[in-house]
Amino acid sequence: MPPAAPRSGDAIFANVERVNAELFTLTYGAIVRQLLTDLEEVEEVNKQLDQMGYNIGIRLIDEFLAKSNVSRCVDFKETAEAIAKVGFKMFLGVTASVTNWDADGTSCSLVLEDNPLVDFVELPDTCQGLYYCNILSGVVRGALEMVSMKTEVTWIRDMLRGDDAYELQVKLLKQVPEEYPYKDDE
Amino acid sequence: MMYVFNRNGVCLLYREWNRSLRTLNAQQDHKLMFGLLFSLKSLTAKMDPTSVEKGNLGVPQLTGQGCSFHSFRTNTYRLSFMESPSGIKIILVTHPRTGDLRESLKYIYNLYVEYVVKNPLYSPGMPIRSELFNMTLDQYVRGLG
Repeated sequence: MPPAAPRSGDAIFANVERVNAELFTLTYGAIVRQLLTDLEEVEEVNKQLDQMGYNIGIRLIDEFLAKSNVSRCVDFKETAEAIAKVGFKMFLGVTASVTNWDADGTSCSLVLEDNPLVDFVELPDTCQGLYYCNILSGVVRGALEMVSMKTEVTWIRDMLRGDDAYELQVKLLKQVPEEYPYKDDE
Repeated sequence: MMYVFNRNGVCLLYREWNRSLRTLNAQQDHKLMFGLLFSLKSLTAKMDPTSVEKGNLGVPQLTGQGCSFHSFRTNTYRLSFMESPSGIKIILVTHPRTGDLRESLKYIYNLYVEYVVKNPLYSPGMPIRSELFNMTLDQYVRGLG
């Protein structure tokens, strides 16, 4: 029997169990609020969100691969498309678009028009350096690391800071090939 | 009989249902199995007559790249193998008349995702110790055979 074709993000999104969007947004807001109270430093909170995202990402990748049936992406362009179209749709219910490819195809931007994490949110003056959605950058970084791509993910535009959309820049640092983990003399 | 390995060669799970042969200690067994599959994968990818690039044998490959073998059969058993792009390898050893088990391996991978990956108490890279997962797996595999 030939292997099943990859499923579109919409199809999977329709099939997975979903949770109430407001519950999700409010829970995330509560997490950020608590981190701010515990850590007080905005930079620390950014780092912590990224770390949390990383831990989520390393597990999320297996779920993504299992449910979406995508085959191995041949190059980074395909990977970025897969994340934007299938991944974001599957997990957040929104699609991102991929733009701003640089000359050698190692860096691109994912643009999100609407972002369910930030409904009802406004940043006060005391938290101006906060990347509220930093968890997303951690998730993308963690997930890509589990498929042997070391990347650097940063926010370029953030609507909470006054820009018109959310733009995440994903830069591929290197592809790590598989190595035989045992030493030869054992 | 079934093995699950992660990308670093750690054997995450080993289950047996009908194995009568006892071999060396479990660690050696796992290493041998992992080594065998690693080499087989590498070899089959390099020998692929339809592939475009010609890497040298022994050059490490990206996880999942190149053609991937999915099973081999001897006169006494059949070994089926599946590797995800994230490096999780699932191996099932069954009697030789089993058909193509790729769909089943995919289903098992889904089970793994549901019961193991989503479990917040499980640290990635550690052997799997989940009763639920073992039970569901047992049920499914007995249904297959």
